[in-house]
Amino acid sequence: MQTKFNVNGKTHAVDVEPRLTLVDCLRYTLGLTGTHVGCEHGVCGACTVIIDGKPARACLMLAVQADGANIETVESLADGDTLAPLQASFRRHHALQCGFCTPGMLMTAHALLSTEPDCDENRIREALSGNLCRCTGYIGIVEAVLEARAAYKAPKRGGTP
Amino acid sequence: MKLPAFDYAAPQTLAEAIELLVANEDALPLSGGQSLIPILAFRLAAPSLLVDLRRIPGLDTITLSERGIGLGARVRWCDIEADQRLATAHPLLADAVTYIAHYPIRSRGTVGGSIAHADTAAELPGIAVTCDAEITAVGRNGARTIAAKDFFTGPMMTSLAHDELVTELRLPPWPAARCWAFEEFARQHGAFALAGIALYYDVRDGVAANVHIGVIGASAQLQRIAEAEAVLNGRAVDDAAILQTAQAAAAAIDPADDIDAPAAYRRALVETLTARALKRAASRPR
Repeated sequence: MQTKFNVNGKTHAVDVEPRLTLVDCLRYTLGLTGTHVGCEHGVCGACTVIIDGKPARACLMLAVQADGANIETVESLADGDTLAPLQASFRRHHALQCGFCTPGMLMTAHALLSTEPDCDENRIREALSGNLCRCTGYIGIVEAVLEARAAYKAPKRGGTP
Repeated sequence: MKLPAFDYAAPQTLAEAIELLVANEDALPLSGGQSLIPILAFRLAAPSLLVDLRRIPGLDTITLSERGIGLGARVRWCDIEADQRLATAHPLLADAVTYIAHYPIRSRGTVGGSIAHADTAAELPGIAVTCDAEITAVGRNGARTIAAKDFFTGPMMTSLAHDELVTELRLPPWPAARCWAFEEFARQHGAFALAGIALYYDVRDGVAANVHIGVIGASAQLQRIAEAEAVLNGRAVDDAAILQTAQAAAAAIDPADDIDAPAAYRRALVETLTARALKRAASRPR
């Protein structure tokens, strides 16, 4: 079935079986392997991407449902070899060990901070509660997201402090 | 697991969607997919065709009127969370939605999907039954309105015909002074409720009236607990009334004895959650 959507600013037209999930389409049809596929039934959050500005499980969506959508994946964050502020913060705070959950953590946090740059720790923990990490114990992840908030706030205008 | 093979259609109108259901007896409607896709991943269903409702216009609005609150079938949890009017127009609904799954699920899951899926541990069906909501469904023979208590017929079972699609959930108007609370116990935030209690009452002449108490997760049937409501109706909501109402609720339900929790545990949860909810309802500033 013919489906067309935009991934990280680039339009992709694909011909896929209706049963193909979006995460498998991203990984195996388009070769965008940054998005990880974990549990395949919506529990672990590793496959989280941003669809039309909202975070979503790419394993709980068919590729054909994404027809016409704007999709952002973890590949959209860094600029070449330069990490995005959120990624750099993850690195500083040791917010990953094995890294399997990291693409989902980053995209959930990116969606949250893009819309709620002033969120508090409780909100961050609630938002990340749908993403499982079996390495870190989450403390480094929460600290990284807390610190990355600054990068999402609108730059201050004028000279007043 | 990978999903079983099926055909897919995304019709532009409700009439076309119904025609597709009529023509394909193994077809299933697809809304947000947050329950249906896992069911397919577990191979618990094998539809010949998925009829995606995403292009059908007019199903994604939240309307407030003297007739109450209308939630279109494709309204998502994040839409309810973002609608500031609901904090006063229906605080019980607004609060219960915060217990539903997780942030990325709440941006896809829909009202119609949850109602039609009819999980007895799900928050919205519980709110629908507790609040005497009405569900509008449209099928080949036109539209009909079904009382929530008649809509949910058992675990994941409804009175919907194969060709009928939920189009709207309508909650009755909510008086500003109403006392209410929602309490849920799950192993993790966002996980399925082992038990949950939604309740409200109005205070008339210093006593509780119009008591509505509904249970999720701890009963094979989404239902109000008439025995507990009867204990509280006409009484002041004091410690003795709260205890007796909670005990009546626990005695009246018939919880499942399963891998997640023994029946006695769920029964104890219902007593505790009912008492907690009544205390919260009575103490919340109005």
